[in-house]
Order: sequence, then C-alpha cells, then structure tokens
Amino acid sequence: MDSKTVTAPPASAAKTRQMHPLPLRIMHWTNAVVIVIMIGSGWRIYNDEPLFGFLFFSETFSLGGDPIRSLQLHGNAGYAGAEQWHFFGMWILVLNGLAYLAYGAITGRFRRMLWPIRPTEVIATLRDALRFHLSHQDLTVYNAVQKLLYIGIIAAVFIEVLAGLAIWKPVQFSNLAMLFYSFQGARYVHFFGMVAIALFLIVHVTLALLVPKTLVAMVTGGPQVEKETKPIMAPVHSAFAANTGE
Amino acid sequence: MSIRPPSPSRFRPTKAIDQSVLADNKALLEKIDRRGILRGTLSLGALTFLTGCDITNEGAVQSVLTAVSSWNDGAQALLFSQTHLAPTFTEAEVVNPPRYNGALDVEDIKPVDGKTWKLELAGLIGDKKPWTAQQLATLPEQEVIIRHVCVEGWDYIGQWEGVNFRTFLEKVGADLRAKYVSFRCADDYYGSIDMATALHPQTILATKYAKSTITDPFGYPLRLRTATKLGFKNPKWITAIEVTNEYPGGYWEDRGYNWFSGM
Repeated sequence: MDSKTVTAPPASAAKTRQMHPLPLRIMHWTNAVVIVIMIGSGWRIYNDEPLFGFLFFSETFSLGGDPIRSLQLHGNAGYAGAEQWHFFGMWILVLNGLAYLAYGAITGRFRRMLWPIRPTEVIATLRDALRFHLSHQDLTVYNAVQKLLYIGIIAAVFIEVLAGLAIWKPVQFSNLAMLFYSFQGARYVHFFGMVAIALFLIVHVTLALLVPKTLVAMVTGGPQVEKETKPIMAPVHSAFAANTGE
Repeated sequence: MSIRPPSPSRFRPTKAIDQSVLADNKALLEKIDRRGILRGTLSLGALTFLTGCDITNEGAVQSVLTAVSSWNDGAQALLFSQTHLAPTFTEAEVVNPPRYNGALDVEDIKPVDGKTWKLELAGLIGDKKPWTAQQLATLPEQEVIIRHVCVEGWDYIGQWEGVNFRTFLEKVGADLRAKYVSFRCADDYYGSIDMATALHPQTILATKYAKSTITDPFGYPLRLRTATKLGFKNPKWITAIEVTNEYPGGYWEDRGYNWFSGM
C-alpha cells in the first residue's frame, strides 16, 4: 500500500466490491417477499381442490382474505382473493427472476459463486456439516453443498414457473402443457415444486439464523471481496471517489 | 301449477329425501353447528393474533389487486390466439356424466322447460327475433371434444355439440367488431366473454353432451362451450345473448374472479 491509498481509501474501493452488491440485495428481498405471497396464496388456491385428501392448508397462514369475511363479501372463501394475489405475484416473481438470471450471467456471479461443484467436495462438506465442523469464517466463498442448493433452488423455481404457465394457459401454451402429461400432471409438479421451495426455505432461513452474519451481509452487502477483472474506468472512479470523500 | 316433464338428470333423486333422517340425527346436526361456532371463534382468535391477516379485503390492497386483475385481462387478450386450437380428445376419453359445479347446488336447479323456452337477443344484433329450441335445432352442428378446466383446479374431457357461435352471430347479424358478448341465464347467473373468444373456431352454443340432449345440471336447453376459457365462463341455461361495447361483468367476476380467465 502506498501513501496515496491511505489518504484516499476509495482507491481500494475500485479494486474491491461488496460480496452482495446492492442490485443483488434488492432482487433477493423482492424475491423473499414474492415467494411468501406465491406460497401463501397457492396454499389457499390448493384448498379449493386439494390434490391429497389428507392435506389442507391453514386459512390463517394462507393468503386470500379471512374466509368468513370473504364469504360474506364475495361469496367464496377467499379463493378469488388468493388468485388475485397469485396473478399479481407471478409478474414480480418472473420479472425479478429474469433480472436475477441476467445479472448473474452478465456479472459472472454464477460462474464465480456457484461453479464448479466437485462431487468429492460435496461429500467432504456433508461430512463436515454432520460433525459440525463447517467453517463460517469466509462468507464470500460458498461450499459445495451451498452451491448445489442454490443451483437447485434456481432450477426448482424455474420448473415451478413452467408448471404454473401450463396450469394458467393449458390451451395457449398447449405444447408446454404436454410436457406435464395432463392438466393434473402440471398441478402435481406445481405442488411438489412448492414443497421443494418450502424445504429449501426452511434450511436457508434456519442456517441464516444460526450464522447471523450471513443475514447481515444480505442486508448491508457483506465483506469486501476482490474484483475479478480490472475496471476499465478505474482512474476515473478513484478520482470521483476521492472527490466525494466517502 | 303445471306438471313438468320428468327431468333427464341422472343427479335428480327418484324419490324425495326422507325428512325423518333429520329428526333421527338431530344431535349430530347440532354437533356440526357447534363445530362451526368453535371454528368461527378460532378464526376470530387467529385474526386478533395476526393483525392485518385479512389484508386482502382491505381497501387499498384490494384496489391494487383489482387493478392488476384487469391488467391481467389485457395481458391475456394479447396472449390469446384466435387461430390456435385447443387440444382435442377421443370419444373414449369423454367423461359421462361430467362433474357438476355451479352457483346453485345440484338439488336447487330448476329445470328449464324446453317447450316454452326462448333465446332472446339484444344489443348490437341486426335480427333480434327470439329463437326457439326447434329453430336452433335446424342449425348445423359442430362437435368438440375438449378439456373442461374449472378455476378450482379439476378438469375432465367433455364432448359437446351445437351450432358454432361465430356462425350463429353472423346469422343474426351481430356486430362482430363489438367488444363483448354477454349472457343471461334462467337461474339469474350472468356472464360475458370477449368477442375474440366468441369468434374462436371451437366456441359453440351447445345443446348436446356425448351425443344426447344436455341434461338439466349441465345447462339444458342451451349453454356456451368455449375451448379456451375456464368453466365458469361457460354459462348454462342461457335465456338471452347481448352484443355490447360496455363491460358487462359476470356473476363470479363481480365476486373477485378474473374476468378474462382464458386458458
């Protein structure tokens, strides 16, 4: 470090960035809210025609309006309200999801954070996890199991959206709907997609609460990490940053 | 009081329900009622526990949701293709009788008398002379074997026959550039569809199911069948058709369900 960087710390800011840049945090929390909306309203919609006789979702923890009040107001136990929520949330889920996929691909975040996954590492990480030997020192590097889970949840949401489209538009998207064998086939896939997402959420939220600094990082941006490529505009950045003082 | 001809419905009980059953099971019925009260109390408790639990029915939230729902009508109209045909099926896959559903319970249906029934026409239609069942029967019939999807989530394959709706609208001189076609029904149900869907090649005014006259629960003597809309968009027991440019709404749509509800 030369004297210049000491007097002008932002010069180093040009070479590093936060682990979770602001756009990513906005997309993460938008997604968090919309997933709750989609699952909550989906549970109420499910209740109108359950796939499994033994399974109903609590009206208190599903979205669509208080059933008795909805019945008085609209003549249905909040199913219409649940569908309004679901068809409101789907746009945010899809637009936010597409923005996230584009962001991850263009900035190289996917390649950097989620790749490669080596089977030997997965086994080693699982073994460490079972012995409570997992290291949480460096938040900025995901272990193999984290990588696998994050890729898995992206795939689950993707399949969930496809099954949702097949249920919403079985005629206009009849070719897509055929992939799910039948209309009820698409409903089963949509249901088990929800189960996969809910299971991920349980693990994800539990671990975030067990290692709270990961939660803080997703709010504040987390530790500084080295930028991978040299910024083309570095001199301009440092000059600009020096002026603003930081 | 005139005596109605026997209903062709397979759902109508052959003899009246024995009222003594109610007396015999008085205790059980009271128990069910008590359960209802308990359930109501639990819901009330849940409401106080989770303040703002019923956000769906709150003014500001509801108006956003309603606005997005009408925006979704427009999005679906853009997605809708007038030439894209719905998948069709074989006679072997047809479910007969189909599943009943409606604003009325099946035992509350008042069968329509086909002999006195008339189809009224209104709005932007050239020839508003009403149609009798016999006159409708002279029109060419089209058969569609299509999937019926209910907004609730169930579906079945049904085989419907009747006059192509576009053919009918052309025959009566309807303004095909109008926005909506609206329906009134014998049971006070009402509904409406967009003109693009009305003109879709698989939209028919059905008079037959699985080669026989439609039975009472499924809309005798006349109902709409579109291959591209959810079940509740297919009114039964139609008594009047109106072509209009003013949004007519619908029974379930006025209760929060999405108006376009295209598949």
